[in-house]
Amino acid sequence: MSPIIYMKQVKKRYQTGAVAFEALKGINLIVNPGEFIAVVGPSGSGKSTLMNIMGCLDVPSSGIYKLEDELVNKMTHNQLADIRNQKIGFVFQAFNLLPYATAFENVEVPLLFAKVNGKKRRARVIELLARVGLADKAGNRPTEMSGGEMQRVAIARALANEPDIILADEPTGNLDSKSGSGIVSLFDELHSAGKTIVIITHDMNIAQHAQRLVRLKDGLMDTGTEDPQLATAS
Amino acid sequence: MHLITIYNMFVRDFRKQRKRITLTLIALMWGTISIMLLLAFGEGLHYQLSLNQKGMGSNIGVMWAGQTSIPFKGMGKGRRIHLYKEDPAFLAERIPEIRTIGGEYSRWGVRLKYRDKLLSEHCTGIPPEFEEMRHHIPQAGGRMINQLDMDAKRRVAFIGSQLKERLFEDEDPIGKVVMMNNMPFTIIGVMIEKMQMSNYEGMDEDVIAIPATTFKAIFGDAYLDDIVYKAHDPNQMAVIEKKIFEAMGQRYKFDPADDRALSIWDTVEGQKEMSNMLMGIKVFLGIIGFLTLLIAGVGVANIMYVSIRERTREIGIKMAVGARRAVILWQFLIEAMMITFLGGFFGMAISWALTEGFKKVPIDSDVLEFMGRPTVSPEIGLIVIAILGLMGLFSGLFPALRAASVSPVESLRYE
Repeated sequence: MSPIIYMKQVKKRYQTGAVAFEALKGINLIVNPGEFIAVVGPSGSGKSTLMNIMGCLDVPSSGIYKLEDELVNKMTHNQLADIRNQKIGFVFQAFNLLPYATAFENVEVPLLFAKVNGKKRRARVIELLARVGLADKAGNRPTEMSGGEMQRVAIARALANEPDIILADEPTGNLDSKSGSGIVSLFDELHSAGKTIVIITHDMNIAQHAQRLVRLKDGLMDTGTEDPQLATAS
Repeated sequence: MHLITIYNMFVRDFRKQRKRITLTLIALMWGTISIMLLLAFGEGLHYQLSLNQKGMGSNIGVMWAGQTSIPFKGMGKGRRIHLYKEDPAFLAERIPEIRTIGGEYSRWGVRLKYRDKLLSEHCTGIPPEFEEMRHHIPQAGGRMINQLDMDAKRRVAFIGSQLKERLFEDEDPIGKVVMMNNMPFTIIGVMIEKMQMSNYEGMDEDVIAIPATTFKAIFGDAYLDDIVYKAHDPNQMAVIEKKIFEAMGQRYKFDPADDRALSIWDTVEGQKEMSNMLMGIKVFLGIIGFLTLLIAGVGVANIMYVSIRERTREIGIKMAVGARRAVILWQFLIEAMMITFLGGFFGMAISWALTEGFKKVPIDSDVLEFMGRPTVSPEIGLIVIAILGLMGLFSGLFPALRAASVSPVESLRYE
């Protein structure tokens, strides 16, 4: 089975004026389809940078990143946009919902970009909201919902185009423990349904739900947690 | 292009930002109204002044006799030249470019008496051709001097509208008899009210005109005061002038190059100058209007920039869930264009309503006789639409390019 995510010596360097900063210093990582992975590490360890690259929001400065056997490094903006639309679902700590749009409209956005026609689109949104338990909140705006509800809307949106991978960056960071555990069980459900899930978190309770831990420190994977397959391959 | 996607995004975002868009629309409407009204006033002014200028007659030349200034065939300079009643026919015969021609006698200080009113006025002796050439058009119920009047040397008079007021006030003058230097004249017509920008020998509205033949018979003037002619084609005025000098020079023995022997007032030349000046005024007003509209355009660009800053995170979110750069670009571009066109549309509608309303307001004023009434012509509409289109494009393009070029990571981090 070929890996869904393949990273070899992935580096990310930021240049601010004369100062260069290397956020990732050579990541080797393989994620297989259907895996549930938690990326943990202290602040500034490069977790978010790794997620941005994994989610095709950014490209590596060097190294190889393949998503479903496709080389991401040299992709055009449009190709990256299409991958984000079709293959990846994002869940953010700050929910990142469009503030003026209703739950329904927020979930609808990726379907609009995927050019799904009106009738099909509406049916899909209703189905997704029901799946996250918010069928009755379709007309609510983010300001009229609790944190947990907003994050459920975000998850419904992430699932809109049936992506293979769900990337979540501190998805429970802004939630109380009750709402947080509700969200985590949603991820468990998604995992059982066969989705590949990568969660970035500080919270070891959440990390425990994952099958595998990836520890990051100073832009490198902590020794011992590197993927054994990749270590032998290189 | 993902037209449906862009349209769907646009309709949703537009609905959500009513206040911001309304304010921008007001700025644009203001700009559009400014340029439309300024251009409309320019157009009205142009129309009115052109009309006024034609009050004396269009495409006409007026000729007076002068003194020779060049010795010719043994005759010294300083010799007086005169115009005789036969000259118009002589010139008409020799110069085919002339459409109509007629000689005019003139006399100031004739005594007019009607009942208890006694006035000292200006009298001219004119042929029927003046109706067309000099716009001596009768008001309803009356007529101008005709050929029968000329042939029979009838004692009939055609009077200017102001003179009619002074002499008859509210009374209908047609058929009434006035005494001119103690001779009875029957009023046959009153000239329509006309605004006259230029004149020689007084304004037409103050004149009492009688048949040229009658004039000569009663006053005994030996010479015509002037000859008025109208060209078939206004572009041939210079040719006619040259031919007049040649023909008259031959007839009265002066050098055709002697420009003092005759003086000719070519009103076409004056009309061209006036037309250029009016065009200048219109361009000037247009520039002012354009600058006002430009300020509104800068407003649109500014608001689009602010909007993009405010919506940086939103752009990031859209990009994260799969929006291509073109979608973002078109979204903002279409938004700017739509705002511009809506503002422009309402501005144009209001301007049109204002000018139409202004036309219906009954203002009886001398100022309006000069200024005219603002008029929105289709050309003005097209010019404004073109300006608005370009402005919408440019005021939207740069902010939209900026929006589309932001990195999704950066914009998601934006607070």
